[in-house]
Amino acid sequence: MNEFSYSRATSLRDAVRSQDKSGKAKYLAGGQTLLPSIKQLLDAPERLIDLSGAGLDGIEVGRKTITIGAMTRHADVAASAQVREAIPALADLAGRIGDAQVRNRGTIGGSVANSDPAADYPAALIGLCAIVHTNARKIPAEKFFVGLFQNALKSGELITKVEFEIPTGAAYEKFANPASRYAIVGVFAASFDHVMRIGVTGAAHFAFRWAEAEGHGLGVKDLSNVSLDQSRFNSDLYASATYRAHLVRVLTLRAVSRL
Amino acid sequence: MQIRLTVNNTAHQLDVPDNTLLVEVLRGELALTGTHIGCDTSQCGACVVHVDGRSVKSCTMLAAQADGQEVTTIEGLADGESLHPMQEAFKNCHALQCGFCTPGMIMSAIDLAQRSPGLTEAEVRRGLEGNICRCTGYQNIVKAVLAGASGMKAAATS
Ligand SMILES: Cc1cc2nc3c(=O)[nH]c(=O)nc-3n(C[C@H](O)[C@H](O)[C@H](O)COP(=O)(O)OP(=O)(O)OC[C@H]3O[C@@H](n4cnc5c(N)ncnc54)[C@H](O)[C@@H]3O)c2cc1C
Ligand code: FES
Ligand code: FES
Repeated sequence: MNEFSYSRATSLRDAVRSQDKSGKAKYLAGGQTLLPSIKQLLDAPERLIDLSGAGLDGIEVGRKTITIGAMTRHADVAASAQVREAIPALADLAGRIGDAQVRNRGTIGGSVANSDPAADYPAALIGLCAIVHTNARKIPAEKFFVGLFQNALKSGELITKVEFEIPTGAAYEKFANPASRYAIVGVFAASFDHVMRIGVTGAAHFAFRWAEAEGHGLGVKDLSNVSLDQSRFNSDLYASATYRAHLVRVLTLRAVSRL
Repeated sequence: MQIRLTVNNTAHQLDVPDNTLLVEVLRGELALTGTHIGCDTSQCGACVVHVDGRSVKSCTMLAAQADGQEVTTIEGLADGESLHPMQEAFKNCHALQCGFCTPGMIMSAIDLAQRSPGLTEAEVRRGLEGNICRCTGYQNIVKAVLAGASGMKAAATS
């Protein structure tokens, strides 16, 4: 593995201060994406700043929102009594990421910052009108994911927590790659009283909101003629763009039927 | 860098390069070669150990990240000559052929059994998604994990 130096930040301020403008230092969260990327020479940071001692984990439930600290592990979100009570579909989503060992290390902040087109959390962020809190500002989910592995974070900006609106109902449907268990397509549907929200991951370069389907309301039984912009859909050895579009329609109907 | 690790109840102070993986310390510095490296790409689970009681892939964790924590490897399970109930179950159920995946399977299985009392077959299959076996076809592994989980419960109540 490439050489790099390692340090453990003791607070949020310490972590941000350890960053420099060169972009050659990187935050290390669970390491479940960053360490394999370094091994495969896809990334070559000179310094890693471990966030595990910076006090960024934990789950807080408010009256209308639930807020999850950036360093909260997938396994802890899946097992959290508070999340299971407030938004069971979110706990279900976290419990279906990768495998048990990935869930024991991987974090919500790392997953969101990585902005993998096939990651699960982004669908929930869109579906639950989430706000990404950073050390500098608050970014609405719809403005956060902007391209293939690209997001609105500036160099050195650190995600501190993610705040989700508590819906009346929600469901996550995932068509998983049988080997990696990443989402070939994942749809997170949520209802807020009678208003519906649909977040889609896996299908396109980045997670998006399928607003055209939302307009058809909770009782919708057929989405085959609803428009779906496929201009930035993924096509790879697992699924063509056309097949992914088909999956988006099928999984959305399934998710909405469970609301 | 200097790190402190407690491995199988023995405290160690080690000086390792910052980019050293936990699995490299276990197999290299400490000569605990029961933890295997299969893929080295986070896929196969041959390298699973417990860090502070949780199963993790030791090829996907820096030794530095484990500084100050407790690590348990396959070598730390048996009590003298008597095997851990999960090891005993793998032996009795013929849950291995070449044995390469076995240490990782057993470490994952113990974590799973500790976390889910009243484990079902479906939960075992789901819980072992991160562990790949090229030989057995999994049937006997699933049987062994169910038997091992009962064995662990019996041992805890006796
Ligand atoms: C075998 C395997 C299967 C997987 N399957 C799935 C799956 O099915 N679904 C899924 O969604 N994911 C899956 N993953 C990815 C997993 O969820 C990772 O945990 C996640 O993508 C990255 O989180 P991390 O905490 O490990 O981050 P790291 O790997 O530590 O970091 C990832 C990136 O985010 C940056 N970063 C980390 N934290 C912050 C922060 N707070 N602020 C700013 N930047 C930050 C890092 O600098 C790095 O660039 C899988 C991974 C593996 C190895
Ligand atoms: S060697 Fe670690 S997962 Fe395969
Ligand atoms: S027994 Fe050979 S890989 Fe599992």
